[in-house]
Amino acid sequence: MEFKSRDFAGAPTLLSIENLSVRLAGNRDARPILDDVSLTIRSGETACLVGESGSGKSVTSLATMGLLPKGVLEVSGGRIVLQDKNLLDLGPQAMRDMRASHLSMVFQEPMTALNPVIRVGAQIEEVLDAHVRLPKHEKRRRVLDILDQVHLPEVERIYASYPHQLSGGQRQRIMIAMALILEPQLLIADEPTTALDVTTQKQILSLIAELQEKHGTAVLFITHDMGVVAEIADTVHVMKHGRIVEQASSGDLLRTPREDYTRSLLRAVPSLVPRPPRADAGSEPVLQVEGLMKYYGRGGWFVSREPTKAARDVSFAISRGRTLGIVGESGSGKSTVARCIMRLIDPTDGSIKVGDTEISTLSRQKLRPHRRHIQIVFQDPFRSLNPRWTIGQSLMEGPLNFGQARGEAMARARELLALVGLPEDAIDRYPHQFSGGQRQRIAIARAIAMEPDVLVADEAVSALDVSVQAQVLDLLDELQRKLGIAILFITHDLRVAAQICDEVVVMQKGRIVEHDTAANVLGNPRNAYTRSLIEAAPGRGWDFANFRALPSASVEKTDLQVPTE
Amino acid sequence: MTAAPQPVSGMQTVLGMLSMPKGLRLGVGPTIAAIVLAIIVIASIAAPLYIPHDPLAIDALHRLKGSSEAYLLGTDAYGRDVFSRVMMGGRVSLFIGVGAAMVSVALGLFIGLVSGFFRAADALVMRIMDSLMAIPSILLAIALVALNGPSLWSVISAITIPEIPRVVRLVRSVVLSVREEPYVEAAIALGSSMPKILWQHLMPNTLAPLIVQGTYICASAILVEAILSFLGAGVSTEIPTWGNIMAEGRLYFQIKPMLIFWPGLMLSLCILSINLLGDTARDLLDPRLKKREA
Repeated sequence: MEFKSRDFAGAPTLLSIENLSVRLAGNRDARPILDDVSLTIRSGETACLVGESGSGKSVTSLATMGLLPKGVLEVSGGRIVLQDKNLLDLGPQAMRDMRASHLSMVFQEPMTALNPVIRVGAQIEEVLDAHVRLPKHEKRRRVLDILDQVHLPEVERIYASYPHQLSGGQRQRIMIAMALILEPQLLIADEPTTALDVTTQKQILSLIAELQEKHGTAVLFITHDMGVVAEIADTVHVMKHGRIVEQASSGDLLRTPREDYTRSLLRAVPSLVPRPPRADAGSEPVLQVEGLMKYYGRGGWFVSREPTKAARDVSFAISRGRTLGIVGESGSGKSTVARCIMRLIDPTDGSIKVGDTEISTLSRQKLRPHRRHIQIVFQDPFRSLNPRWTIGQSLMEGPLNFGQARGEAMARARELLALVGLPEDAIDRYPHQFSGGQRQRIAIARAIAMEPDVLVADEAVSALDVSVQAQVLDLLDELQRKLGIAILFITHDLRVAAQICDEVVVMQKGRIVEHDTAANVLGNPRNAYTRSLIEAAPGRGWDFANFRALPSASVEKTDLQVPTE
Repeated sequence: MTAAPQPVSGMQTVLGMLSMPKGLRLGVGPTIAAIVLAIIVIASIAAPLYIPHDPLAIDALHRLKGSSEAYLLGTDAYGRDVFSRVMMGGRVSLFIGVGAAMVSVALGLFIGLVSGFFRAADALVMRIMDSLMAIPSILLAIALVALNGPSLWSVISAITIPEIPRVVRLVRSVVLSVREEPYVEAAIALGSSMPKILWQHLMPNTLAPLIVQGTYICASAILVEAILSFLGAGVSTEIPTWGNIMAEGRLYFQIKPMLIFWPGLMLSLCILSINLLGDTARDLLDPRLKKREA
């Protein structure tokens, strides 16, 4: 048994879930959502619940909190015992008393979990009001104290702020403060860092670890990211289709996984090892961006104010068959660059050349014939296809615009479906009948239908599970080899960029801070910001695919480089 | 292989939207409303076939009589048959209601799509809509009728103009949120023309709220027509409408309240059923707004 923080073999059990089953309310025939789930968490332990979307991780946590949506899901069997008390036997009032004081929860999206029209200080006080009677000044003192504990700056100002005045990381700290103010024994964190940037994620993870140490809280941490598991977990429970398929201490699970499913999950985790370099054909660049600028909000006729510089002097070029990655955190301007190149927004200044055509200054009308040379795949597979259209209609939209005959376009659509690995009968079906990964394949097929020279993939795999992510990356790679398209791959995840890119551009605050081959950026980063991104990548001490920890020397190597600028 | 799917036209989308799920249960209230409305509509349209008297024929000998064999619901102050007048009046009232709803929905849809999608047009169009909304609709109607004379079309336009801004706002708000959807941006990238994007990607999203809004406009138009006629600013008095009949009946309300009762009853039943069906349509088309069943 190898635990992350310390040995828990002798620690008392805090929470035990025994044979928990959850099903759709009023539907006895349907497959159960949770099937015979059992797990225990010991005092002070961090248990990670890992699985892909739809595996039942969140349902397990909601059932434990007594927050299953009424009339939709119901517990059909089992017990959830927290310190000798079966939570499933408690009435609504008793359960309310348990929440926050004995067990509490942090959600994925701090913006929607906080009330936007109430100051955060008051929202934390609300938790106190629900459970303890305290004089006003005492309440305030405790709130300021917990804000200080979660390392927020200027606690007095934060106390009086509204959620929108805080950054994503600060909002998540508020959520954690709210969850921990009554010092519960169990904290349930449901993907608390998934919506955050890697550097912020690292801070939040270490904050949770620190508070856990201080208060002795046990943490049930739900995540889909094996990297995060490697960083924080003491024990790991792997879920699939509503069942727990493997339970082990984190060291054991990462080194000697027993189940095939766990092994395939671990193999799919992207590592920071860059792809082997490919020879550059040295051909003319198909996409050339020079000094691209995009300013927002320069004021109108009556107001003048400092514009937001979303992209500043961005230049790069891609040649046929090559992949260039743009990596950066939220707000770095990477999506602005993609949207400028697609002319979904108009650049303020600079040149964008597709082949030999300068497209940055063309009017919308004149631009249309050139659109086919450059296509885009978006992040969210659930919104990038018109839900009212069949797959065939979506795939034919582009070719029909360029005067292809209907029959021909239809035949081509079928070919494309085969090319992206979907059955032919998909053509008459609607987007809601497909999974996220399949929809992303369709979106790729729609883009490829135009036979573009350049494909812009704007966070195209970020919303997908790791195993699906790996498949879609493989598909892009295969299409590139077959068709010779150049790919502009935009991502926040250096690990994903490492898998697919020949060159990597790192952006920060609208500027390019580093531009080099993938091997150089990842192995020998020159810029301090790039280094901090690499350091923050979760699980970089592990070679997941080979089930071993990396020798610490190679991990530390990047830290020892002397900055050259 | 099976036949290739046909190209999707706007009309097909409309029809697709209207096709209700199989085994649909309307519930008791909406079913009654649908039956009542169907009876009123059919009876009004078919009125010329069965009414016993010319609704304008004056019988000086039988003025303000109660119901008899010859005059089912009695006669009014000029000796005209109330039954014939109410049934014929329904034709005009319903025509005005449906006409006003269709014209304002069609115009509102067009203006809303354009102003939602084109930023440049938006500022100007919405200011015009704001100023239209600032005019009290009854006053506008009276002014229009005073200007153009009391014709059917001036009444319809008087009712339509104040309703257009409401439809425009509705359509515009839908367009503003949908135009940010990646599938619309993908369509731009695929080189689809603006009319195609507007009609095939954006318009279908506005249909559900529009159908609901249309029923409310229809109901309110019938009501406004009645109010205008009642005030003497409506359709010319020779054409019987429910409002006209009530306006004339008000003088004799003390002696013969039934003169107002019958057209009033038809009006209320009609509006009640249209509104109820509108609510039902909203629940069906947009299940999110439906109250959660306990």
